[in-house]
Formats: sequence, structure tokens, C-alpha cells
Amino acid sequence: MAVNNNAKKISVVPFGPQHPVLPEPIHLDLVLKDEKVVYALPSIGFVHRGLEKLVEKRDYEQFVLIAERTCGICSFGHGMGYVEAIEKIMNLDIPPRAKFLRTMWAELARMHNHLMWLGLQADAFGFESLFMECWRLREKVLDMLELTTGGRVIFSVNKVGGLRKDVTPEMLEQILKTLDGLEKECRVVTDTFLGDPDVLSRMKGVGVLTPGRAEELGCCGPFLRASGVKRDCRQLGYEAYGELKFEPIVSYDGDCYARCLVRIEELYQSMDLVRQCIAKMPGGDIAVKVTGNPNGEYMVRIEQPRGEALYYVKANGTRYLTRYRNRTPTYANIPGLIETIKGAELADVAMMILTIDPCISCTER
Amino acid sequence: MAFLPYVGRTLKNLFSKPATESFPAGERIYPDRYRGHIENDIDKCILCGSCQRNCPSSAIKVNKADFSWEIHPFSCVQCSKCVEVCPVKCLSMVNSFTEPGAEKTSIVNRFSQERIEKEKEKQRLMAEKIAAAKKAAAEKAAAAKAPAQTPAGT
Repeated sequence: MAVNNNAKKISVVPFGPQHPVLPEPIHLDLVLKDEKVVYALPSIGFVHRGLEKLVEKRDYEQFVLIAERTCGICSFGHGMGYVEAIEKIMNLDIPPRAKFLRTMWAELARMHNHLMWLGLQADAFGFESLFMECWRLREKVLDMLELTTGGRVIFSVNKVGGLRKDVTPEMLEQILKTLDGLEKECRVVTDTFLGDPDVLSRMKGVGVLTPGRAEELGCCGPFLRASGVKRDCRQLGYEAYGELKFEPIVSYDGDCYARCLVRIEELYQSMDLVRQCIAKMPGGDIAVKVTGNPNGEYMVRIEQPRGEALYYVKANGTRYLTRYRNRTPTYANIPGLIETIKGAELADVAMMILTIDPCISCTER
Repeated sequence: MAFLPYVGRTLKNLFSKPATESFPAGERIYPDRYRGHIENDIDKCILCGSCQRNCPSSAIKVNKADFSWEIHPFSCVQCSKCVEVCPVKCLSMVNSFTEPGAEKTSIVNRFSQERIEKEKEKQRLMAEKIAAAKKAAAEKAAAAKAPAQTPAGT
């Protein structure tokens, strides 16, 4: 019997939850026609810890520390989003110094997230030395955070009503000094991402998502901005963002290269925002006195390094909250990811999953 | 030719010293604020239990009957909440890592024998005082009742 070798075969390839490019577990069933993906079915739930339920057993002040331990990378944003919701419920007016310091730490956290992502991306397309270089630079950001907060990725500086730790002028000077050196070193690395022909051949025109589809699927963060939609929650002016000058970074190609470009530009934008924060840093207290318990509900939107995150808090007048809900950017970006994977080559899938900057422990909480 | 500076950078890396610290040969210098692990100056501790109530990960246990304070280092998340709430400031965040252990056991700090005896003596005196106060109160109540009961009985 003659065998038709050209016949297209349909096969299902399981991708994850354990995969060399995945820092965290997510599973995708890839339906392939030869080497092309025709459909992808995601499944999550490997690292669910029930943190939202824990809000009933820890008081609202203790829960700040638990909220920020949702994830190791977006930790500062989670803590900040949660305390901001509680502060709005309790009508607390936070001192300006606390607002500026929060903004500065949020931007430093964005820098370390983006440098980490660049490294992972380089690793995904097999550029090992570039990966090491990115993580070496990230270490400098972590050193700044360690110096000012005492923690590398979990800062534990937020509390309801302000901050737990102040920053000395010497520390701010040290940050500025480090930033100057870091910017120069980052340029060499980011120019490689944007100009190296090998890198371009892996990223240009891969995984295109149109602006219309990106909006329809509810994408957010750099993933959405790379598709040409100018939406950045920092423009809402929460904390000290209202007093800083910046414009959302947008790219219009919608491919992996555009996502890389947006994150690289945001890295330099964050450096600029940190400098602006330090230049405008007001003096005074870092916290206000908190009395009583929260009663009411509030929803906060903030821009995490990976995109827009929602924090909903419902309090009942006791020390224990009724409900805490956290919608993280990765959760919103998964539908967009599935859309981009369709029609892609199997070899590109790993890199495309990384371009949404997946954070599964945030997503599953 | 955008990659040429990177080639230079890589060549530089080949001949420069490692970016990582040579641990444990070199000493790790921790920043002052580094949250390493919790230590309790048990001589100052009053076993009030404030740290236990505020710990978000329930790592601390205060046992008043046994005069001991214990922390489970594998549960502790180094948030330093206990250090903040401690009324006598006997708890401190030490800027060096938690020592590894072969078993997941707690670190127990107990009062010295001398202090335990002192505390027991204090407790005994307190109990005596309370008992005396109770007895006095009971006698007073009985005395207050007695004149009222006497006419009724006669």
C-alpha cells in the first residue's frame, strides 16, 4: 500500500506544566497540524494556594504581608494595591513622602521585572550569555531594593496608613549613582535585543496580535501596548504618578519584537521615573495613625510590571475582611496568548508564551 | 552591526572577575536593613504574647506556663511585624541568614533557671495576695451579711 507522506497529521502535544522555558507551571494542550499549531487549550491550577480565602483568618493589617507574598516579582504592587484599597475605605490621607517612596519602589520593581523578563526571553531563544548579562544587571536593581527595604523581592514596607520604613538621603544618592552606571550597561544589552540579526530572526513578525483583537480579548500591560493600544493605568495618577511626567510606551507591530521593544523602553522610562521621584521627594512623615476598622468596599486598579491588576476589598467593620479579590494581568492576557499561538510554529510557542510575561502564582493566588 | 558592542562586553566578561561573590570563601556583607532572621533577647522578654498574636504565618508560640518563647524558622517569613509590635523591644531582626537545619524543628528560648525561680516566687506571692484579697473580700461580705441575718435568726 502506498503511504502518502504529505498527508497532514493532527497531533496533540502537551506543553508544560514542567518545561525548561517556564518559570512557573502552566499547561497547554497544543493541537498541531504537522509543525503548525491550530489550537491551544490552556489549563491552570497547579499552584493555587487559597490566599484570597485567608483574608477571613488574618486581620486587615496582617494581610498586607500576605497580599504581597502572592508573587515574588509583582510583590510590591500587590501590597500597594491592597493597602490603597483599605486606605480609600478608611478615608486615610497618606503623606506625600510615602506616596513618592511607594512610586519609586514600584518603578524599581518594574525595572527588575523587565530585566528578568529580558533574560528569560534571551534564554527562550537560546542566547545564553545575553540571559546571564540581563540577570547580572537585574542584580544591581535588587541590591538597591535590598539596601532600601531589606528584602530582595519581598519588600514588606507597606502598611495601612503609609510605610514601615523611611529612606535616608544617602540611600537615594546611592540609587542615583547606581542608576547612572546601570543605564549605560543596559544600553549594550538592549541594543543587542533590538539590533542583533539572530535575535530579530526569532522575534520579528512572530505571534502578531492586532489592536482590535487585543482589546476584544481584554489584554493588558506591555502585551496590549505592543499591539498599539495606548493604555497605562499609571495615567490614572494613583500614588505620586499624577505629579510625574511620562507617556505610555506604545508599539504598533504587535509581534514578539514589539513586546520586547515596549518592555525595553519601559525599563528606561522606569529609570527616568525613579530619578523624577528622587528629585521631587518631599520631606515629612511616612505614615498616618490608623484608628478603627475598615467598613465598606473599594476597587483599585494599578499598573503592575506585567499589566493592569485589580484589587477588590470588602470590609465589614471588624478586623477581618469579608472579601479580597485580585485579578492579575496574566489572567487577562491568557486569551490573547491563545490567539497569538494559533498558526504559529511549534518552536516559537515557548517564546510566545514568555512574551506575555506569565506569572502563574499571581494568576492562581 | 548593533551586536558588536555586545561582543566586546562578552569578551570583557571572559577576562574579568566573576559577577558573583565567592561565597563562602569571601564574606557576605549584608545591608543594615537586611531581613535575615528573628532573635529574641529572652532576658528582656516578658512573654506578653503580642508577637504571637500579630505573626501572619503563626510561626511564634509563647508558652507562659513553661516560661518559653519559640519560633519555627521554617514558617517565619521575615516580615518583622513582631519586631514592630514588641513592647519591650526584646525582638530584633538580625541581618544574616537563618541557619539551615536537618530537621524542621522550632528554636526554643527559655528563661534562665534563676529567672524561672524568681518568676515562680513572684507568681506565688501574687497568688497569695489574690487569695488574701479574696478571703478578705469574702469575710467583708460575710460581715456585711451577718448583722442582717442576726435579727432574722433570733
